[in-house]
Amino acid sequence: MSVNKDFFRDRDTNYDFQSAGAPPSGWPAADRLPEALVPTHCCFCGVQCGMYLRVSDGRVTGVEPRDYPHNRGSLCPKGVVAYQQVDHPDRLTYPLIRRGGKGGRLERATWDEALDYVARRWREIQAAYGRDAVAVYSGSSMTNEKCYLMGKFARVALGTRHIDYNGRLCMSSAAVGYDKAFGLDRAPLPLTDIPLTECLLVVGSNVAECFPIAMNWLWRARDNGARLIVLDPRETPTARTADLWLPVRPGTDIAVLNAMLRQIVVDGLVDEAYVAERTTGWEAVRAAIEPYTPEVAERIAGVPAERIVAAARLYGRAARSLVMHARGIEHSTHGVNNVFACINLALARGQVGKPGSGTMMITGQGNGQGGRELGQKANQLPGYRHVDVPADRQYIANVWGIPEPELPYEGAAATEMVHLMAAGEIKSCLVICSNLMVSLPDNAVVQQAIARLDPLVVIDFFLSETAELADVVLPGSVWCEDEGTTTNLEGRVVKINVAADPPGEARRDREIICELARRLGRGRYFPYRSSREVWDELRLATRGGVADYYGITWEKIDAQDGVFWPCPSEDHPGSPRLFVERFAHPDGRARFFAVEYTPPAEEPGNGYPFRLTTGRVVYHYLSGNQTRRLGFLQSQAPEPWVEIHPQAAQWLGIRPDERVRVRTPRGSMELKALVAPTIRPDTLFIPFHYGHREAVNQLTIPAVDPTVKIPEYKVCAAAVERLDAPAPPAGDTAQENFTPETAPKMFPYAVGESRSRAEQEAKRF
Amino acid sequence: MAVKTLFVDPSRCIGCRACEAACRECDSHKGESMVMVDFVDRGWSVATQPTVCMHCEEPTAPCAQVCPVLAILITPDGVVQQAEPSRCIACRNCVYACPFGVPKMDLQARLMKKCNLCYDRTSQGLKPWCAQACPTQALWYGDYEEFANQRRGHPVNRTAFGTQEVRTRVYHVLGDDRPRLDVVALLDEARAEIGRPPGQREEAWVL
Repeated sequence: MSVNKDFFRDRDTNYDFQSAGAPPSGWPAADRLPEALVPTHCCFCGVQCGMYLRVSDGRVTGVEPRDYPHNRGSLCPKGVVAYQQVDHPDRLTYPLIRRGGKGGRLERATWDEALDYVARRWREIQAAYGRDAVAVYSGSSMTNEKCYLMGKFARVALGTRHIDYNGRLCMSSAAVGYDKAFGLDRAPLPLTDIPLTECLLVVGSNVAECFPIAMNWLWRARDNGARLIVLDPRETPTARTADLWLPVRPGTDIAVLNAMLRQIVVDGLVDEAYVAERTTGWEAVRAAIEPYTPEVAERIAGVPAERIVAAARLYGRAARSLVMHARGIEHSTHGVNNVFACINLALARGQVGKPGSGTMMITGQGNGQGGRELGQKANQLPGYRHVDVPADRQYIANVWGIPEPELPYEGAAATEMVHLMAAGEIKSCLVICSNLMVSLPDNAVVQQAIARLDPLVVIDFFLSETAELADVVLPGSVWCEDEGTTTNLEGRVVKINVAADPPGEARRDREIICELARRLGRGRYFPYRSSREVWDELRLATRGGVADYYGITWEKIDAQDGVFWPCPSEDHPGSPRLFVERFAHPDGRARFFAVEYTPPAEEPGNGYPFRLTTGRVVYHYLSGNQTRRLGFLQSQAPEPWVEIHPQAAQWLGIRPDERVRVRTPRGSMELKALVAPTIRPDTLFIPFHYGHREAVNQLTIPAVDPTVKIPEYKVCAAAVERLDAPAPPAGDTAQENFTPETAPKMFPYAVGESRSRAEQEAKRF
Repeated sequence: MAVKTLFVDPSRCIGCRACEAACRECDSHKGESMVMVDFVDRGWSVATQPTVCMHCEEPTAPCAQVCPVLAILITPDGVVQQAEPSRCIACRNCVYACPFGVPKMDLQARLMKKCNLCYDRTSQGLKPWCAQACPTQALWYGDYEEFANQRRGHPVNRTAFGTQEVRTRVYHVLGDDRPRLDVVALLDEARAEIGRPPGQREEAWVL
């Protein structure tokens, strides 16, 4: 056994000062005392830790701790170095345009040339092919104001139905799960409630690496004596010291969760009074879980039956228990059902609505919560209103000052847009805050699809893998160059403040959008001179909706250290804990949904014996477009690797740290092998933050959940082999359970298809 | 007043290296990290552990004892400083003498460098950057009584190297003396119900 073994470097700790990655102005300049400390929040994950930025001469020179309720001055490594993005040498400082057409180079352009070109092309395309031929692909790692603006821009300035965002790839399944079960899509309790719990069941979430700050709340619960159970195919830093680790086979979580619930029933631990008083649908669930004995679950999920029973007892006997779940179960062709299986457990135990108990989705993106309720989702208007519900349409049309019939109906989901681009129905797309070439599954297909776009317009502050393929690149702002708010994973609305101006000719995203709207002749609907004006309109637009922001003012956010929505009036303090007395459905009851185990879209078969799963490392954020440019982070995890169990490695003759090839039916890539017994022997893991030939999404399957269209990043069939392995025999196949072609489709609708009363009512959830 | 110091609890460490990133932000050694996070053995486990200067109290810090030019000074409140740049001759005696492997040699600057407990911050009542940033509070800053009130585990500040015991200002946190939960009994109970023999050693998974 070696000591101090680092996967990427043989570190000599006598000499290693971790000095990779200096702030752009250099370390000596960073040494001076700051003129001002700007209170703000981190730009990365959904926790949105409070921080101060050190500012001197209008430049951001460093970071200082800020004692905020949920991070208490702590920061993860991404948060510490986030400030180094501001003056980063890779920043885009002027517009780029591909004058020579698709084969040409991106060349420097003036703002007028770039914006006029985009506006002219969009007018031409929409005149020739209809309004829906131009799409908007937005993102959630930006302020509420910008998310709101993108939805309005698509529907008012462009008048297109096709607007969706990268949250589709993130947690759309959890959103719909909560919406249907509870009537409201938000984590029902704040992070600060976690230490009250007695048992934590973490399902498909590597909290430690993905939400390091949230991990402290888990540890605090354990200090108070809480048990920790982790469901994960890998022994992650979260699972390492857990009381019980259930190493589930990727894609089979429902079998384990249903078996646990069945065991809770057998042990008589169901809270019958709660179930009778506050829920509906329990009988169907009780019948549905009956076949899931521990032995059946063991056969499906590969977790020893006694571990499932023990987990059910630890969980079921705790007076206060909390299920935390994240992408591990949500990135699935049955992602919504996975979420239901978690909710069923908590409801049967009568936990939801009690302090420190229930279920908690862990939203991933910085503004993943706000981004999905402010009207940039294919089927939503601000405030969680539905774009196909007449009353909702009328309200928003009034706020926006347009006639209701002008408001487009539901459009394609992000994952479906790719198919519409490939089919030529979408001719042009505006991409902001997204990096499709890294983040979408099966990215060879994605590349072909976006190559057909003319023009592909990208607003970004670094030249992402997607921007490299764009016809027009507009340089935008990083988070601390504009004011605004974000909504973190607790539902807490926090305030982002300005610490610097955009460099060079770069502009604030809001100004770019308003300018585009003006050139499309719709400037009168976008008169904003500040983010504050957008915020005030946003508050009005969400008023009376499910996600009601009306009572949240910037002053109140500062005074209260964040405000939890719903907050319907200015004298309302906000709602940190939800469902205390009633659920958000009209009858006040939560819904059980009976769920059956269904296999993932693709399972190992002849020639592809492994299950490939993808995930994150602590040093990188999403597609890595930001974090791969920050020296400290990049030096810790400079390239992807494949994690493989020693038994499997031995079987295949793979030595530790050797470069190997991983193949799936869609493609292959070469990377370094990390041989360690921290993963199931039938599973491979590759982190997804990398681009080009290092993107694991060359391999992943494009299958999506039939209802919410979230891709199945977390399981597909794969093979791993040494680089000198002979070519595989022809005819190797994975077992296909269903493909994008055979899966039920949400889109395209014939326009008006979902306008029948019954369907509109159904969409209220 | 109770002595505020660092408590290092590897059981909570998630290996994120926020401490290293944060250490570089300290005004007394901008851009260079004096704390190290290491995998204990990545070929076996994801376990990681941070190493900071333990600030030896008794005997007098070995690094300071062996310094031929008396460059390593100890403040009256017991914080072992990094070698005074105007005196350090880069002889590396301290690097070899430290039982915890803490001092680092900056080959370019020809200076020894090590953690000084963020003296610029801690002398003003702030936390050192590493413990301030540490997301999981595996590095924790405060006094012994506070720690005992808030946290699990058993803090120790005496380390034996053969017959030589070293008492340090900084504490390591060991696990609880007794496990809090008898998982084996719980699993045995379940095995019995399913009809499997108890206590057998098994893999965590079934293939």
